[in-house]
Amino acid sequence: MIYRETGQYKATYGADQQLFPIVQDRYFFFAFMAFLVIYPVFFGSDYLFQVVLYPVLGLGLCALGLNILTGYCGQISLGTGGFMAIGAYSFFKITTIFPDLNILIIFIFAGLISALFGILIGLPSLRIKGFYLAVTTLAAQFFVEWCINRSDWLSNYSPSHTIGAPPRELFGFLVMGPEAPGSAKYLVMLFIVAVMTLFARNLVRGRIGRSWMAIRDMDIAAELIGIRPLFTKLSAFAIGSFYIGVGGAMHVMFNLENVDPEAFEIFSTSFPILFMIMIGGLGSILGAYMGAAFIVLLPVLLRNAFPFLGIDIASHVIQHIEFMLFGGLIVFFLIVEPAGLARLWQILKEKLRQWPFPY
Amino acid sequence: MDFLYSVTADPVLQIVEDPVFFLQIILEGLMAGVMYSLVALGFCLIYKASGVFNFAQGVMMVLAVMCMVTVYDAGFGILLALLVAMVFMVGLSFAIERVVLRPMVNQPQIILFMATIGLAFFLEGFGEFIFGGSSQKIVPTEALHIGRDALLIPMFGSEIRLQQLDLTAGVCAALLVATLALFFQKTTVGRALRAVADDHQAALSVGIPLRSMWVIVWSVAGLVALVTGIMWGASSSVDFSLVLIAMKAFPVLILGGFTSVPGVIVGGLIIGVGEKVAELYWGDALGGSIEEWFAYVLALVFLMFRPQGLFGEKIIERV
Amino acid sequence: MKFGKYLISLLAAVAVICPLSTTAVAEDGLYIPMFTYRTGPFAPGGSKIANGLTAYFEMISKRDGGIEGQKIIWEECEFGYKTDRGVECYERLKGKGSLISNPFSTGLTYKLIPKAPVDKIPILSMGYGMSGAADGRWFPWVFNFPTSYWSQASAFIRYVGTEMGGMDNLKGKKIGLIFLESGYGREPIKLFETLGERFGYEFKHWAIPAKQMADQRSQWRKIVRWNPDYMFMWGWGVMNPTAVSRAGEFGYPMDRFIGVWWSGDELDTKPAGIKAKGYRAGTFHAPGAFAEVHKDILKFTYDNDMALAKEHNYGDVLWSRGVFNAMLIAEGLRNAILEFGSNITGEEMRWGLEHIDMTDERLEELGATGFGRPFKVTCSDHEGNGPVLFQEWDGEKWVIVSDWVEPMREIVRPMLEEAAATEAAKWNYTMRDDCT
Repeated sequence: MIYRETGQYKATYGADQQLFPIVQDRYFFFAFMAFLVIYPVFFGSDYLFQVVLYPVLGLGLCALGLNILTGYCGQISLGTGGFMAIGAYSFFKITTIFPDLNILIIFIFAGLISALFGILIGLPSLRIKGFYLAVTTLAAQFFVEWCINRSDWLSNYSPSHTIGAPPRELFGFLVMGPEAPGSAKYLVMLFIVAVMTLFARNLVRGRIGRSWMAIRDMDIAAELIGIRPLFTKLSAFAIGSFYIGVGGAMHVMFNLENVDPEAFEIFSTSFPILFMIMIGGLGSILGAYMGAAFIVLLPVLLRNAFPFLGIDIASHVIQHIEFMLFGGLIVFFLIVEPAGLARLWQILKEKLRQWPFPY
Repeated sequence: MDFLYSVTADPVLQIVEDPVFFLQIILEGLMAGVMYSLVALGFCLIYKASGVFNFAQGVMMVLAVMCMVTVYDAGFGILLALLVAMVFMVGLSFAIERVVLRPMVNQPQIILFMATIGLAFFLEGFGEFIFGGSSQKIVPTEALHIGRDALLIPMFGSEIRLQQLDLTAGVCAALLVATLALFFQKTTVGRALRAVADDHQAALSVGIPLRSMWVIVWSVAGLVALVTGIMWGASSSVDFSLVLIAMKAFPVLILGGFTSVPGVIVGGLIIGVGEKVAELYWGDALGGSIEEWFAYVLALVFLMFRPQGLFGEKIIERV
Repeated sequence: MKFGKYLISLLAAVAVICPLSTTAVAEDGLYIPMFTYRTGPFAPGGSKIANGLTAYFEMISKRDGGIEGQKIIWEECEFGYKTDRGVECYERLKGKGSLISNPFSTGLTYKLIPKAPVDKIPILSMGYGMSGAADGRWFPWVFNFPTSYWSQASAFIRYVGTEMGGMDNLKGKKIGLIFLESGYGREPIKLFETLGERFGYEFKHWAIPAKQMADQRSQWRKIVRWNPDYMFMWGWGVMNPTAVSRAGEFGYPMDRFIGVWWSGDELDTKPAGIKAKGYRAGTFHAPGAFAEVHKDILKFTYDNDMALAKEHNYGDVLWSRGVFNAMLIAEGLRNAILEFGSNITGEEMRWGLEHIDMTDERLEELGATGFGRPFKVTCSDHEGNGPVLFQEWDGEKWVIVSDWVEPMREIVRPMLEEAAATEAAKWNYTMRDDCT
């Protein structure tokens, strides 16, 4: 009833192909974006920013990059942490060499360096497929970890090889570094994420996105109908790595702010991000963010739930229960809806169309 | 030039100059390879029979040993401790089959893989909850009659040093593989398992109970995990950082093929020897600790020529 | 659509709980958040430290009713050695009026260093974290007394030099380091290299990546092949017992193997047992429970119940470290209260920490004679330049085998200042000029 498209006529192809063909969707989207801008700026606390928003945005963008590669093009990658590290270290190097360069431009450069590396890693994908391809990306992950651990130059000769977020301004406002206000960092992150998501959204429904999906669904058949596997696979690697590189740079520069190479270790980067796209939904842009929100928020929620409900138990026992619940919920969600949260969202929308009538 | 010399001529000269040391490295590589194979074996068994890449294998390994050590520390005998750990792993397999696998029959592999990720989280929390992650668990090597000394074999004026622990691991691995081979080849259950591995639906249609097969395979993998955990835990202590050992299994699996038990053993040995030789002779020239990624590069180069792994089933694609 | 509803209620719960958790009301008292890890890969060590910390606070709460009459409120927050969880703890608890951050994890320390001046909560990374923080002029909010990794490393060299019969004998000797591949493990390399140039010894190092913590075979093969005169270790977690076992297996003499103070707990030597006899480790407080303060803890915290106390790691090295850390926090709090009166703030706490002067008399008052050594923190010197003690594993327990060894201040201090300036440049910090 509420969510009804009756009476919405499309007179042009343009209108039919726009991002949100249904008016309610469009309104909902704009309202949600407005909420995302207004609520944190006025009511955001450090807790909200540091624990919820920065990780969801930063890791969400990485998840989107991985989803382009794995979800849309079908190339499994376990090297996300490596690309994040490349993005973050490139950003750090460029911004310390050219302190006055606009940070948005540096983000693009950081992404491009990551993309170059992605193309290199993608080369074996022409011959190796599936789980076996994961080994290439794992090699990349460990090789990058090894490099950042060994190069003094990358961290500007810090004895512990840490890199940090220097104070930087954007259009006269301090948006980076520990002194920058939380909402300023948040808005910059949100802006980058929004622009890149819009770009990705158009990319995947365009020619290149469709060729990715063709390769994913059956590469030999795709080749037969004239899709070049070399270009298609490598473009997915390049664009996916670009997103991951930018996401990694944002995650480090806005959220973590001071990290040693250990932060890019596989169990704290590659795996969680892979979990995000699996939970959120493979091959879905919304799914990447939903997955990120799920993985980031669920533990936070669980730890806050016990004191909130007045149950007083030792904090390490909470952690045990949290692990069990987290694992249990993943299995539960998979049994209920293997295609991920994005699919659940879609089902919900379809149900809403008919509600309150059963059919 | 220096660099070129140190990666080309120098290692060869070193090998020629001190062949006993080279032999030592080879033997150590083989020992390490056996340890890697043990880890990979658990993955391989489960993948073979149920088509699941079991992310939780590392956690299962720690869990099995923790159970054994906890029972032993409580004052029961070592045999009872081993027995309890085995029963625990079998019970766990029943639970996993009932709760995780059964509702997911016919789902794509990737979904089952994700489910084992959830399982890994659950088991880690569960293990710490019941066995207590905070107290140190030490494998009772004496009670298990695992020697911790070194064996010195004199050879051409110098000597070769082998660890009793590694040798024990090698014997255990050999016994395990032999038993598994007999089990798979000669028993009815084993034959049924091979049928399940080949084709789930065909196996079902000739009346093989898929569910009990899964329980058996997961239990066997659990026992392998127990042995692996004892071997890996013996030289340090048992806690959840041992889960990282599972990472060692990936290149082995990829090199050997996911579905082949002999492949896992051979793959493990190749990785072990390759890694040690590369690290000892080329490692320093390239910057040290290259074994961290070398195994993967080795597997990668290998895959370029044989995309299905050493003993993997040939991939036949139809359009 | 049942699960849609679940999803909505989940989101609703987020909306409700997130703001709630941040608006917790500060209780009246001295609020000490404790970031602990009793779970995860480093749980065995982490829970010992946590037990030590709580034991001391509980003792002074019961014995003295707090510090200078003010109640201490401490709260454990489990973070499993994961930095993101640690940040969650930090942000959640800082609303309750945190007076200090005490992270016991290098990753979390790095993360909190830039935040400290913004939130005005001092960090005490006692003998870990960033060595450069010792220069209080660049990093006023970070403390690493009683001594930093670099000071300790120089004390190591002095110690082995003395053992060889004089620093001149170091010339031409070989010294190796095996370390956990991380910021923490890399920290001392630069110092060992510098000292190597000065004293003429050869220095090599081997990294142990986290994945190889339980393996270490090829590293030890290389070490034994090079056969250094002394081996040092910068390890943590399961790396320590493995390294001690491997040293024995590969036939490296145990009495030439010395670990950092995070590699010197019962956890690290018990798996090797009697085979680890002769292994030594540095420390900045005496091992074991013998001082008055320990007796008080046994009496007040554990009601003289030795079994209960043992269950809480009473007397273990890392437990003692927790006690020592709590004692120093309490000392900082006391300084601040004596200067500023009740209801102190983070800034006043920083002042308190900066004016810690552990004299012999003060240690005796605290019942810690022999437990620690006198040291003094100043505005510019945040590490106190404390000396280092060496303990040896005799097969069953740790015993003290050395006098207090002084670090080489004249060499270390300029290096620390340089490192601090490099690190500070990252955030465009300016140097404090109110230090004399």
